[in-house]
Amino acid sequence: MDDFLAARSQMALSLGFHIIFSCIGMVMPFFMAVSHYKWLKTNDEAYKNVTKAWSKGVAIFFATGAVSGTMLSFELGLLWPKFMEHAGPIFGMPFSLEGTAFFIEAIALGFFLYGWNKLNKWFHWFTGMVVGVSGLASGILVVAANSWMNSPAGFDFVGGKYINIDPIQAMLNKAWFSQALHMCLAAFTATGFAVAGVHALMILRNSNKDFHLKAFKIAAIFACIGALLQPLSGDISAKDVAKRQPAKLAAMEALYKTQKPAPLLIGGIVNEKDKTVKMAIEVPGALSFLAHGDFKSEVKGLDQIPENEHPPVAITHYAFQIMVGIGTLLLFVALIYFFTLFKKKSLTDKRWLLKLFVLAIPLGYIALEAGWVVTEVGRQPWIIYGIMRTKDAVTPMPGIAYSFYIFTAIYVSLSLIVTFLLYRQIKMVPVLYNQPTSKTPNQ
Amino acid sequence: MDYVVISFLCLGILLYFLLGGADFGAGIIELFTSTKNRSRTRKTMYQAIGPVWEANHMWLIIAIVILFVGFPHIYTTMSVYLHIPLLIMLIGIIARGTAFVFRHYDAIKDDMQWLYNRIFRYSSFVTPLFLGIIAGSVISGHIDPNAKDFSAAYIYSWLNWFSVSVGLFTVALCGFLAAIYLIGETEDDFDKRRFIKKAEYMNIAAVVFGAMVFIAAQLDKIPLIDWVFKNTVGLSAIILASLSLILLWYLLIKGKTKVLRILAGFQVTMILVAISYAHFPNFIRLKSGDTISLFESIGPEKTINSLGLALLLGSILILPFLGYLFYKFQKKEE
Repeated sequence: MDDFLAARSQMALSLGFHIIFSCIGMVMPFFMAVSHYKWLKTNDEAYKNVTKAWSKGVAIFFATGAVSGTMLSFELGLLWPKFMEHAGPIFGMPFSLEGTAFFIEAIALGFFLYGWNKLNKWFHWFTGMVVGVSGLASGILVVAANSWMNSPAGFDFVGGKYINIDPIQAMLNKAWFSQALHMCLAAFTATGFAVAGVHALMILRNSNKDFHLKAFKIAAIFACIGALLQPLSGDISAKDVAKRQPAKLAAMEALYKTQKPAPLLIGGIVNEKDKTVKMAIEVPGALSFLAHGDFKSEVKGLDQIPENEHPPVAITHYAFQIMVGIGTLLLFVALIYFFTLFKKKSLTDKRWLLKLFVLAIPLGYIALEAGWVVTEVGRQPWIIYGIMRTKDAVTPMPGIAYSFYIFTAIYVSLSLIVTFLLYRQIKMVPVLYNQPTSKTPNQ
Repeated sequence: MDYVVISFLCLGILLYFLLGGADFGAGIIELFTSTKNRSRTRKTMYQAIGPVWEANHMWLIIAIVILFVGFPHIYTTMSVYLHIPLLIMLIGIIARGTAFVFRHYDAIKDDMQWLYNRIFRYSSFVTPLFLGIIAGSVISGHIDPNAKDFSAAYIYSWLNWFSVSVGLFTVALCGFLAAIYLIGETEDDFDKRRFIKKAEYMNIAAVVFGAMVFIAAQLDKIPLIDWVFKNTVGLSAIILASLSLILLWYLLIKGKTKVLRILAGFQVTMILVAISYAHFPNFIRLKSGDTISLFESIGPEKTINSLGLALLLGSILILPFLGYLFYKFQKKEE
């Protein structure tokens, strides 16, 4: 394996791994806070049990997310030293703020996990809330650093030198808002569907129905609101990308030729050599509308972009199709769920709806990873869009392939262990939470 | 603002060394505890570091963020030439953090515990070892940007007697910090005596490895002795460290346990001051004899100003909250 490819693969793997854990870590605290609040208000033990059960999941995910995040802060330098040498002082602002947010999150989590029966109950609830808010803030800030790579700002690039550096302006770059919004909604949707799906599965199996039904309802409402809002945020993102990164948009839609009006391609097989797309469904004028809000406008194709600045078209296009396809599917699930709520029908009778949620367990995360691929692969060959190429940033150290293999092994085994632990936590729910006056399990 | 940022960098490194170090040390103590007492050690340790360990490791993140935002040249030099030890340290951090959480949150306690424990103990040893190796390598003068072949550039930059001695010395100090900390965390006399014994061993180990560091420095022509002894600050720091050590053992015999940890922390701080003061503000020593100094490699003014502000703002939010966390969970359960 060539070093450059290995470095890119290792980075992709680390981010792909970290993104799931950090999304769970930033969203779950909100679910917990709702359930915790309901317990404090209603004194219904089931809500307390749901909160406790979730908090164990959060502890596992948070620790894994924290160590993989520590890993990333070093990996940026280990793999891309030339990028960090120049970019560090420019896009460092969100990282230094994120450090603070993350620190607060870790402290609050310490209070929350170990504070049962030790703290004032509302202070305890508040610390749980702080975990969520600071987690969300960390996420938004980290996205600011990534969006800067897509939309560099806060410096002048003159004769190969980075001058007039302004880190605040860099943080407030043009892509930040649309990317952060899309990412946060994705985190809520994906995590919501995954959690709701797991509880739906347990309801279908008739175990601890009350417990799982309560948990399901909290997660499902977050998931469905997220799924409803996501297309709107997607639209903002599409228009933004069309304006700033035409090459990315063209790759997302495999638009090789500039067209007016441009059709939207659904599916299809991309042939990068011949620059053609076969067997796609064409929706006339739809891409013009999505990109510019006008069915007749022109959309820039890859033919207007120098060949050596083309991103890999096939990967970007397929990833985009997967993301949008799953997003649409989840939108329908959400609509059905709201309809059921509106009609006040009992959920436990609608086994097919619960089964739909079970099917959706991995879907949100698949869409989220696909979206990440779109934004990262779609930016290639640049690491800083229009300024520095990824291949010029890679470390001079040879043999990166070995470190890629090692980390693949580590991440795969961590994923397996975490899944195994969750499986055990769920399996033990009847034992740990069945008695109405369960004594505090663990500690 | 330059000084604010540099102070936070030093503070981050120091606190990571003290708090994160005591954390690693707890695992080292567990590693060197006989099998029959291990579960007792684990229990005390869990109560002691459970609520605070994540926060303790945040100091590393703070230090690394300051380095890459404020001192990108130092950060990238380290990441290129110390790639391998950094990687091993990171694997250690990942393995240790996850094993610690997994062993506690595994709903069924079975044979898997054996695996978690093994991973936790060994990574608690390996991580500070490599942390020390990295610290040693930074000042060892073995980093060579002009190196022609792979091993000269990427292996011997850290694999040398001096760096390894610093690594072992770090391990011993971590173990010492943890043993002292744990003495104050247990009410049980038997456990107390065990931890005192451990503190003694770790103290002896620290002295032995400390001597090794000086010998290796001498063989390697690193002016460590000059830094420490031919400099008023360095010399007084060493004297204070020795005095606090004597006081520490005196108080230990007297049975005062809580104040010990302050003394132990003070002592380690003094050792760090003694080693680094004369070297400051130089950060990295290269093979060519050149140094990379903090002031020369500091980032652009606007970056440093905003970084400094972010750190000050952050510490207003973090420190009281963190202090309360330590205070709240330090008190014994009735």
